[in-house]
Amino acid sequence: MTTVINTIGNEAHKRAPAKGSGPSPAGGQPGGLYKKREPIYPKLVHGKWRTIKWLVLIATLGVYYLLPWFRWDRGPSAPSQAVLVDFTHARFYFFFIQLWPQEVYYFTGLLVVAALAMFLVTALFGRLWCGYACPQTVWTDLFIVAERLFEGDRNARMKLDAAPWSFDKAWRKTGKHAVWLAISLATGGAWIFYFHDAPTLMKQLFVGQAPMTAYASAAILTFTTYSLAGTMREQVCTYMCPWPRIQGAMLDDHSLQVTYRVDRGEPRGAHKKGTGWEGRGDCVDCTQCVVVCPMGIDIRDGSQMECINCGLCIDACDDIMTKVGRPRGLIAFDTDAAVLAREEGRKPDYKFIRPRTLYYGVTLAVVSGIMLYGLLTRSPLALDVIRDRNPTFVRLSDGDIRNGYTLKLMNRSNAPATYRISFSGVDGARLKAVGAPMEGDSIDVALGPDGQRSLQVFVTAPAPQDERHSTPALFKINSPAGEAVKKTVFLSGDEGHGDEER
Amino acid sequence: MSGSRERDEHSGVETTGHEWDGIKELDNPLPRWWLWIFYATIAFSVGYWVLMPAWPGIHGYTHGMLGNSARATVAQDLKDLATQRGAAGAALKTASLQQIEADPKLQSYALSVGQSVFADNCAPCHGQSGTGAKGYPNLRDDVWLWGGKLEDIQHTITVGVRSGDPDQRFSQMPAFGRDGMLQPAQVNDLTEYVTALSHRTADAAAVARAAPVFAQQCAACHGADGKGNQAFGAPNLTDADWLYGADRVSIHDQIWNGHGGVMPAWGHRFDPATIKALAVYIHVKSGGGQ
Ligand code: SF4
Ligand code: SF4
Repeated sequence: MTTVINTIGNEAHKRAPAKGSGPSPAGGQPGGLYKKREPIYPKLVHGKWRTIKWLVLIATLGVYYLLPWFRWDRGPSAPSQAVLVDFTHARFYFFFIQLWPQEVYYFTGLLVVAALAMFLVTALFGRLWCGYACPQTVWTDLFIVAERLFEGDRNARMKLDAAPWSFDKAWRKTGKHAVWLAISLATGGAWIFYFHDAPTLMKQLFVGQAPMTAYASAAILTFTTYSLAGTMREQVCTYMCPWPRIQGAMLDDHSLQVTYRVDRGEPRGAHKKGTGWEGRGDCVDCTQCVVVCPMGIDIRDGSQMECINCGLCIDACDDIMTKVGRPRGLIAFDTDAAVLAREEGRKPDYKFIRPRTLYYGVTLAVVSGIMLYGLLTRSPLALDVIRDRNPTFVRLSDGDIRNGYTLKLMNRSNAPATYRISFSGVDGARLKAVGAPMEGDSIDVALGPDGQRSLQVFVTAPAPQDERHSTPALFKINSPAGEAVKKTVFLSGDEGHGDEER
Repeated sequence: MSGSRERDEHSGVETTGHEWDGIKELDNPLPRWWLWIFYATIAFSVGYWVLMPAWPGIHGYTHGMLGNSARATVAQDLKDLATQRGAAGAALKTASLQQIEADPKLQSYALSVGQSVFADNCAPCHGQSGTGAKGYPNLRDDVWLWGGKLEDIQHTITVGVRSGDPDQRFSQMPAFGRDGMLQPAQVNDLTEYVTALSHRTADAAAVARAAPVFAQQCAACHGADGKGNQAFGAPNLTDADWLYGADRVSIHDQIWNGHGGVMPAWGHRFDPATIKALAVYIHVKSGGGQ
């Protein structure tokens, strides 16, 4: 064993190591090398915030499990699933919106909007996302419901865990894990329905004919749901998730957070019925706020990184306050600034409009506006022009110059359409496309609903007399649904250039 | 290990004894999950040795219980690919060249097959983009020695040029100078004559002297007007396209030595569907041939 020499002084290592850190002082003992997780047995509470949490849980899980089953009629050419990520055909369907791979910037926009919304909400109300809407929180909540069903509430659970193995303990544990697995399986299973026609895939899943990726995805999500929501829980939020760190940067003294109002609660202590409240705070030190906390923290220590702002401790404490006949709200959504103001005998003011919230709000509005404008003015017709780079041009036997272009035409509507392609900008230019009918000076291309085609188009023009090697030109597509124009150039060369090409 | 270790004041953790710029490293234990994953990888690797080919030996290697072989996997993958292509390419077999070109789906499939086959087999001579080089025809323009219609291209690819195939395309430009068929002065005059054919200024006296020689020696293949003949692969001498160079030195050299290229008969190597795809690819990329 190593001898410990403490250079700082003997007091230092006698004090209890900080929570969550360090080995036992003896260091190196078997079993003492690692700090074991302290199990958390959150107690069931009732109250306003718990009710809101139940409602959000039902709403979010309902959306998640049921959304793929919503039908949406898009005609015979497209799938009738309201929300579908169709990898095979590279499409994303969301109710009336249909996105093509070229439009992934909408997803980028969506992510930006989501981030900004999160910034704004956090600046205003703290980590509401974490407490109410985060999948980790929601599923953990659901898993705790199942746990309670088999093992009872906090006290019963603690007793059960401490008890030696018995038949009763075994079946309760087995039952719990079975239900957990079932929920996980349903979660992983629901995920893959977003990527295939749900009713078809459901049948295939049961007869064992679904694609391997479907089974694999379901298995992976089953595993992650089971391990994250079932066994890891608050550790995910505290140790694995980057959001708490990022969200911390959005908060300031005026953000509404779950707050223990020290100005009112201290000094705390047990209270006997019938005695007075003079000279003491309202907190009766019943630790109800601690035992209900799913993160296993004591909010009376002040706001902490672990706190997800779920408000369950508010419900617990409000209950106690009612029982002891004191006003509710010893723990409440409040701001650091307000607590400070009351401590100094000032009247607290709540500032919702601050430079930070203004900035987040305005940016959010601008980005959402741009997204909306883009979606509403989106043309069902799209055209990409790719110039041949090698060779940049070809000199024909009669001395004319020919340029090649690849045109990509997309019909993002549900109706067939004929597109008329024309070219302008170069004198005497003639169009030609192999395999597409010519109509005078233009080419007609018929595209089915939701169809696309890439077309090799050649433009031939007399060699220019002047020195110009690059002439600006335009491709234009006309269709009943509108018109699309793409700029390009026509390249040509002098005699010398022409021969180098060969 | 050193006999004495320092303990950090704040965390109560031992330090490693290392110090960099006054910063000491804490000797925190590995996280439990990390350790378990580490053990799991060790277990995995042992399982891997048992199941998969792993250890080299003197007479070969351990084969593993699964009998896995990268070679066999590749062979199987190639076989699967062939069947896959067979399904997609079935239409290529039955459709005519014109039908392939007119059907957008079939055309784009033929283009992608044609592109990869071209890049692997034709590009060394004709260039990645088919623009050719001196002595190697440009396939992107409208000049064709053996015809630029779909069927012509298909046939040329199948039988090749001077390839030794019984049906080969065959043309032969004599080495008029080297083999002594013409006098050096006559070759000089012919050079002027050919230059004049392609609408360039030339020595009128030489052109007049060469006219009867051209009619006698060259017209049989290149035509009386010099416009060539695709039936014999004889180039058109009146256009702006020169396979062996347009300047007088190159033309002279061509009459003197009579170069002619060789192209393999790809019919021995590709199945008919692949050749069709290649023909469509070349036809489309040349702007529809001639
Ligand atoms: S301290 Fe209160 S608000 Fe924070 S996580 Fe615990 S119960 Fe939720
Ligand atoms: S629940 Fe309220 S009264 Fe009880 S310990 Fe917590 S803060 Fe104090």
